[in-house]
Amino acid sequence: MRSPLLAVALLALPLGAAAQDGRSLVATCANCHGTGGRSVTTEVTSLAGMPKEQIAQRMREFRDGKRPATIMHQLAKGYTDRQIDLIADALGSQR
Amino acid sequence: MKRRDFLKLAGALSVTGCATPAASKARVVVVGAGYGGATAAKYLRLWEPAVEVVLVERLDSFTSCPISNLVLGGSRSMDDIRRGYDGLRRRGVRVVRDEVTAVDAAKKTVMLQRGSPLSYDRLIVSPGVDFNFNEIEGYEAAQDRILHAWKAGPQTSALRKQLEAMRDGGVYLISIPVAPYRCPPGPYERISQVAHYFKQSKPRAKVLVLDANPDVTSKGPLFKRAWQELYPGMIEYRGNSKVIAVEGKSMTVRTDFDTFKADVLNVIPPQRAGDIAVKTGLITHNNRWCDVDWRSCESKAAKGIHVLGDATLSASGMPKSGHMANQHGKTAAAAILAMLGGREPDPSVMTNTCYSFVSDKEVIHVASVHQWEAAQGTILPVKGAGGVSSARSEQEGAYAWSWAQNIWADMFG
Repeated sequence: MRSPLLAVALLALPLGAAAQDGRSLVATCANCHGTGGRSVTTEVTSLAGMPKEQIAQRMREFRDGKRPATIMHQLAKGYTDRQIDLIADALGSQR
Repeated sequence: MKRRDFLKLAGALSVTGCATPAASKARVVVVGAGYGGATAAKYLRLWEPAVEVVLVERLDSFTSCPISNLVLGGSRSMDDIRRGYDGLRRRGVRVVRDEVTAVDAAKKTVMLQRGSPLSYDRLIVSPGVDFNFNEIEGYEAAQDRILHAWKAGPQTSALRKQLEAMRDGGVYLISIPVAPYRCPPGPYERISQVAHYFKQSKPRAKVLVLDANPDVTSKGPLFKRAWQELYPGMIEYRGNSKVIAVEGKSMTVRTDFDTFKADVLNVIPPQRAGDIAVKTGLITHNNRWCDVDWRSCESKAAKGIHVLGDATLSASGMPKSGHMANQHGKTAAAAILAMLGGREPDPSVMTNTCYSFVSDKEVIHVASVHQWEAAQGTILPVKGAGGVSSARSEQEGAYAWSWAQNIWADMFG
């Protein structure tokens, strides 16, 4: 947490704005990657529990065209850096 | 506290159900258990196990429109595209098989055809589309012979039977209404699937397309290339050809300039928000669609009522798709929980992915990401994001079937 002020602001809310953002953002992945990032197929990767650094790095590689993809390079471009971090945090904390 | 620890704590709280007092006593009624309604019901309970969710659905199981074209093509069965509601029941959703006959927004009550009225704190209406048959002369009288199959179910099986019964050398005619309609690439996927079936079983048969739109409305170059390479000479496409009349007896359709005869007539009628949205006074535009606040999917016509899916007045660049309706369901669920707790909804983010099968195995996609833009007061596609497949592929075919299984599990699991 970079800003102590922000930390206080987060704690003042019942769930925390960042956590709420994170779960809503992860819900945008669920259509293809499963609820909470738990895919029910072998064709598409489960994201739940993957180290958050790895998720964030892959998303940025997709976004920057450094990682081959059929569709993720197009989707990754739709998220801000902050949103990528929130997604990575929320998925990385799932088991 | 470090952020990581905080998030862990927040996650733990959400798992154990850190209910706000308001949410824990609240009842949300959801009308319609399709891509929008089922997703909203599931995510309300996933994110707030204390909230009471009653899901009213007139059918006893779900049949998916996405993938249903493969039943017409012969590579999937009706059982493949059907799902039950037991997973939602296990999540504590009360699934009521009934039909909502009216909504009293002032008293916050929905009337049911069979059961007692249900009161609600917030209502979600996810009715899908109904058809304006009266815009095509003769359609109402010809429905025994002319099918739309634009709601997956009995009509899907019936259209497949008509295709099976058709003679080799016969003509299958499909007509497409002016956009917006449910599933922009759907008609073009169907054309591909019927051609795929003909190629295997009736190689002299033809597909005649009468499109009321000037050109293929979604993934045009990819579809046309697939038709040319996979089904050469089989598909005749005519743009700017709006069907204005049909006749079942002679099996003909009429446009402003021509009359066409076919062996199987598949006329997709113009569409609007489902009947209950009309009855409830939720329609705001062109007598067809329901405008909503895209932070919450709350109706702009009625407070406390959220509208999801194809019934909504689509925001710019937003297709009427099952994937999109699923995203509406999550946005509404998050917003309702925030509002019940006395908070403003967060700015919304949504994605869309529409996969289309151009054969039994090869697939093309269109994708987009949509973010809330406070300055414009709406949700808009992110510029530079999204796009279509570079080429059709079997790899995307595997992803498309995986998509179906994951999104059905996301709705009903």
